[in-house]
Formats: sequence, structure tokens, C-alpha cells
Amino acid sequence: MSDNPIAVEQHGPELLHHFADAEQQRDAATLGMWLFLATEIMFFGGMFCAYLIYRFWYYDEFAAGSRSLDITLGTINTAILICSSLTVALGVRAAQMGKRKLLVVLLLLTIVFGFAFLGIKGVEWYAKYKEHHIPGNSFNVDDLVRDYPQLHIDPRHEQIYFSLYFAMTGLHALHMIIGVGLFVFLTYYAWKGRYTPKYYTPVEMGGLYWHFVDIVWIYLFPLLYLIDQHRLG
Amino acid sequence: MATVAISAEREHYLNKEYGIRSWLLTTDHKRIALLYLISITFFFFVGGFFALLIRLELLTPAGDLVQADTYNKLFTMHGQVMIFFFLIPSIPAVLGNFLVPLMIGAKDLAFPRINLLSWYLYVIAGVIYVHCILTGGVDTGWTFYTPFSTAFSNTRVIEAGIAIFIAGFSSILTGLNFVVTIHRMRAPGMTWSRLPLFIWAHYATSIIQLLGTPVLAITLLLVVFERAFNLGIFDPNRGGDPLLFQHLFWFYSHPAVYIMILPAMAVESEIVACFTRKRIFGYNFVAMSSIAIAVFGFLVWAHHMFVAGISLYSALIFSILSYLVAVPSAIKVFNWTATMYKGSISFTTPMLYAFGFIGLFTMGGLTGLFLAALGIDVHVHDTYFVIAHFHYIMVGGAVMGYLGGMHFWWPKISGRMYPEGWGRLAALLVFAGFNLTFFPQFILGYMGMPRRYWQYPPEFQVLNVLSTAGSTILAVGYVLPMIYFLWSMRYGKIAPDNPWGAAGLEWKTTSPPPTFNFEEAQEVTWEAYNYEEIPAPAEVSVER
Repeated sequence: MSDNPIAVEQHGPELLHHFADAEQQRDAATLGMWLFLATEIMFFGGMFCAYLIYRFWYYDEFAAGSRSLDITLGTINTAILICSSLTVALGVRAAQMGKRKLLVVLLLLTIVFGFAFLGIKGVEWYAKYKEHHIPGNSFNVDDLVRDYPQLHIDPRHEQIYFSLYFAMTGLHALHMIIGVGLFVFLTYYAWKGRYTPKYYTPVEMGGLYWHFVDIVWIYLFPLLYLIDQHRLG
Repeated sequence: MATVAISAEREHYLNKEYGIRSWLLTTDHKRIALLYLISITFFFFVGGFFALLIRLELLTPAGDLVQADTYNKLFTMHGQVMIFFFLIPSIPAVLGNFLVPLMIGAKDLAFPRINLLSWYLYVIAGVIYVHCILTGGVDTGWTFYTPFSTAFSNTRVIEAGIAIFIAGFSSILTGLNFVVTIHRMRAPGMTWSRLPLFIWAHYATSIIQLLGTPVLAITLLLVVFERAFNLGIFDPNRGGDPLLFQHLFWFYSHPAVYIMILPAMAVESEIVACFTRKRIFGYNFVAMSSIAIAVFGFLVWAHHMFVAGISLYSALIFSILSYLVAVPSAIKVFNWTATMYKGSISFTTPMLYAFGFIGLFTMGGLTGLFLAALGIDVHVHDTYFVIAHFHYIMVGGAVMGYLGGMHFWWPKISGRMYPEGWGRLAALLVFAGFNLTFFPQFILGYMGMPRRYWQYPPEFQVLNVLSTAGSTILAVGYVLPMIYFLWSMRYGKIAPDNPWGAAGLEWKTTSPPPTFNFEEAQEVTWEAYNYEEIPAPAEVSVER
């Protein structure tokens, strides 16, 4: 029984058997990716909800914790991520135009930016470790109590801020790692010449994911680093 | 061509390839549905085993079969296995997986490989959970309430949390696949207003899976972080709020009830229309009530927390919103009943389950209104009244729907008919056993017997004995279909393409369907449930 009249037709190599045409396949992938991003919003939403409540309750502790972060490094990381989003966007364009080498270069640049972000994040976490700002038994915020006498700091509540800080930046970093992994695959297949102006859906979907992870950081940066910046300096 | 299709060697999805590889690496939605069927059946019996132990312990007022610690683990693992590893994947991942592409005239789901991935995630989660059971289990209650789960329980909370976290992603991917498939893969002419109601209800279910499950995922992850890395987000010692945990948990876990019941309603609509041989009454209302349940379902979660210390005003609002869910649910029940009115009803096995569903779901739904009332909830909160209520929905509703659906589509899935006499017997046993098990629990709860205790005062014994007796009948009712389904795969009568004379694209293809579902591309030119145009089959006896 070889006759499967639907399965044979004018199928290109990238078109999976169960789609009628390339447009349907692309539409399905795009909708699927946007839905996935919606689930990601809900995923991070749980933490943003917790953040909202605790920041309202423990404002002074949140402000002090925020001031203990390294704003310079945070700003550099923000700039790095924005640049990486630019290279991704240009990469999608390069794929559309069929410029293989340019695409590979842009994807590689994105990966480099991704590693740079993660490296700087690691430096920041290590600093927190040295300062005993990691929640748990050795948690100590005497330094913050000393530095910000104008704030009412309860060390127990300060742990809530740092718990949220590590949970939120940690899960964001996990998404970055997954993103870098995705882009390694994309770069490999781009190098092999799989993506053409007719078929570049994976680059576009990878780009959507990267932009999403980027946007999460755009919210995390002010929420975690810039609390009461003008008053405490 | 036509003669070849009838011959015995006709190729279909079951005999196209053989061997373990052809199953474990399949991307065919029908085969993945069967993989799910096998795995959820396994967990159904694991969960059922725990339930039976619970009922045996409660046979006597004293704590004689198990001690308190073991009992805590039993009801925890019964709940977690049944909810996360059986009920949530049951209808969507088995019947939905099998039928969604068939019903809309597609060759497969939009993402066949993601579909397989979701099964593997489920299996990984299942293996972790079984490991958790075998190495000591977990005793937090299925709800993981903090701070007990984060700071006090000495059992394997992390492992259980991770297992359910992973199972959640399996559920998300199934929902994502359905939404994209329903949007993008419909056959020409299959407009939204021609979709079977099965599809509408699965669409609503998928939306809940997509938007609710990630919130549970992050909540459980934070609990795991709190235990593993000493973070303090829900820790009252550090100013964390256990109520926040409850809010986040129920934000998913209340809508999760609709993940379980909406697909059962999906099945119900198909069966009722088929065995009354009428177009479903008020198609648009039934379709939209599914969407309404999904939307309202997200706005009622705090009715689980009326006595947990939320403010009176928010309790008032959540109480009113909870009443609102009754409206779309009632629309469905009334419309199924109106469909039956003056229909040619045949009392086949699926229809018996459908009748059972309507009765039990109505009981479960109405007692839900008792619980949504602030005053009564204070009295019956955390008693067996609650247990009886949600078992009427989850077992009386969801499991009856699942079994009805399995019987209805078994000829399509396996290509064989199940023995009708045994089927009816099992349906009656399930109905009788269920009511005997759970109706006494309404009374027990109203009299004040609290849930989650392994001992109770002697005056509650008679009702508890009735309940335990019922559970054994129920167990027989559940084992029977498993036996005769397996039996029918070899000895059952060969099923025709459309044994019930049912409407719907899935009945227009062969039984079992070919790998790509249809021999030729489908074009839909008719409305759903056009029963006036389809002759009733001779085999199904019509009894008035």
C-alpha cells in the first residue's frame, strides 16, 4: 500500500509530511512559539507576583538589598543583552536574505554576548557569596545595617529580597543557558546552509525566544537593581 | 482501491510497523495516545492501590492497619498519583491525542515530535515519582502546603516536587500542540462553528493547561529551592507568607479541576448526541460554556482558602465568582438533557456512562455550591463533605467520562468491538460502587468527620464500612473493562468503520485508521451532529 496521495505531493525537504504547505507549517510554528512564550510569562509571573507583595511589605529591606548590588555590572549586562537582541534581529534578516556567512557571524556574536552576560552574572553572584548575602545559615547583613542607618532593616526580611534575587536571576540565567544551547545548534545548521530565504523558521523562532529572555531581564534590572536609587544613591 | 481497503491485510496504524522501536520512536499521534493509555492505566492502578489501603484502614475506628505516618503518605500519594499522573493526562493525552487530528481532518498534530517529547517527559516524571514512592514516599498532602512541606516534613518532598514539575511540562506541551493544531490544521470547510464539541472543550482545556500549569511549575520549584537551597520565599520565620503559596498553588490547582472535567464534558457531548440521534441542543451555548468555564475557572481559586485567613471582602468576591461557574456548567447539563428529550435513546455502554456522568456531575456540582457559600464552608471545610464533593466531580465526572469515551471510541482505536453485555455490567457496577463509596462521605462530612485522619470516633463506623464496601465494588467495576478490552483485542468482533452510526470525521475513516488518518484529503460541507442525515445502524438496538 504505497499510495498515500496526500503524503507525496510537492513536498520540499523541510516540509513535514503532515502539513499541506510551507505557509501552514510556518504559521503553526509561529503560533506554537508565541503560546510557549505565554506560558513563560505565567512562569515568571509567579515570581513577579511574590516580588510585588514582598516589596510592598518590606520596602526598606528591598531598597537596601538593591543598593548592595553592583549597578555598573548590571548596566553593562543590560547593554550586552540589548546588543545581543540586535544581532539576533539582524541574523533573522540575514537568514531571510539568504546571506549564510553573515548569519553565522551574527549568531556567533549572539552566543558570545550570551556567555559575556552569564560570566558577569557569575561574578556578581560570587560577590554576593563573599559578602554572605546568600540566604541560609551564614546569611549576614550587618554591612547593610551599618551602611544604611536611615533604613529599618530586619535581617530576616532581607533574606526574602535575596531569595527572590537569586530565584529570579537564577531562572533567568537558566533560560540564557538554554538560549545559548539553542543558538549553538542554529549556528551549526546555518553553517551547513540549511536556512534559505524560503525556510528560516528555526532562526526566527530562536530569535523570538531570545528576545523574550531579553525582555525578562529588561524588567528584572530596574526591579532588582534600581529600587530607591534617587534617595540612597 | 476500494476492494483492497476491505481485505484483511489492510494497512493501518497498528500494523504498519512492528517492534518496540516503532512504538518508542513513533511520532504518530494515535500510537502516542496508546503509549499514554498504557502509562496512565499503570498509574491509575497505583493510585487505586493507595485508595484501597486508605479505605481498608478506615474500616475500623482504630488505627490498626497502618500508623499515622504511613496513612499521611497514603492519602498524599493517592492524590498526587491520581491527579497529576492519571486524571490530568487521562482524556486529553489518550482520547484527545487520538481524536483531535481525526476530528478536524488533519494528518497529525501540528508538532508530532513535541507530542512524543511530552510522553517522554511524562514517563521521566513517572519514573521519578515511582522512585519517590519506593524509597519512602511523601506526606505533605497533595497540596504541598508550606511551611510543612518546606521546613518540617522529613519525606521526599523534593523528589515529588520535581516529578510533578516535569509532568507539568508534559501537560503544557500537550495543550500547546492542541491549540496550534485546532487553529492551523483544520480541513478545508471545517469552520469553528462546525467543530465537534469535543474539540471546543479540548481547546478550552488546553488554554487552562497553557496558562495555569506554569504557575504550578514555578510554585513547586520555589518549594524545592526552599528545601534544597534554603531560600525563604514562603518561610514565615523570615517574613515569608505561606498564604502566598496557597494563592499560587490554587491559581493552578483550581483550574486543574477544569482540566479534568472539561474533557469529560467533551466526551459527554459526543456520546449524548450519538445515542439520542439528534443534533446537540444549543450547540453554540455548549461550545461557549466550555470557554466560559475556562475563563471563570481562573477567577475562583481563593475559595479553597476561606478559612485560611484571607480577608472577608476577598472571600465574599471569590464566593460570588465561584457561584458564577455554576452557570456554564448548568448550561451544559440542561443542554444534554434537552438533547435527550424526544431523542431515540439507545442504552449502550457509553450511554450508560453518559447518564451516570450527568447524575454524578450534577451532584458534585451542586455540593460545590454549598462549599462556595461562606457560612457552610466554615462548617464543612476539611471534612469528608469536601472529599465526597470533589470525588463526585473527579471520579463521578472525569473518570465516568473517560470510561464512556474509551468504550465509545474503542472500535476506532482497536478495530474491535468490546463485549456489550460485560460493558453494561461494568458501567452499572461503577455507578453503584461509586455511590456506595462516596455518598456516605457526604453524611460523614456533614456530621463533622475531618479528612486526613487515620482514626475516627466509633459512631462514624457504619458509614465508613459502607464506603469501604462500595470501594471494593468500584474496584471490580474498574478491573472488568481492563480485562475485556484486552480480551477484545484478540477475540472481539471486527468493528465496522462506523459501528454507532455516529457523525464526525473520525468515523468516516477506517477502523483502525491508516497512519495518515484518511485515505484522501477531507473537505467538510456539513454541520456537526447532522444526525438527521445519517441512518442509525442495525446493530445498535434502539430501546424506547
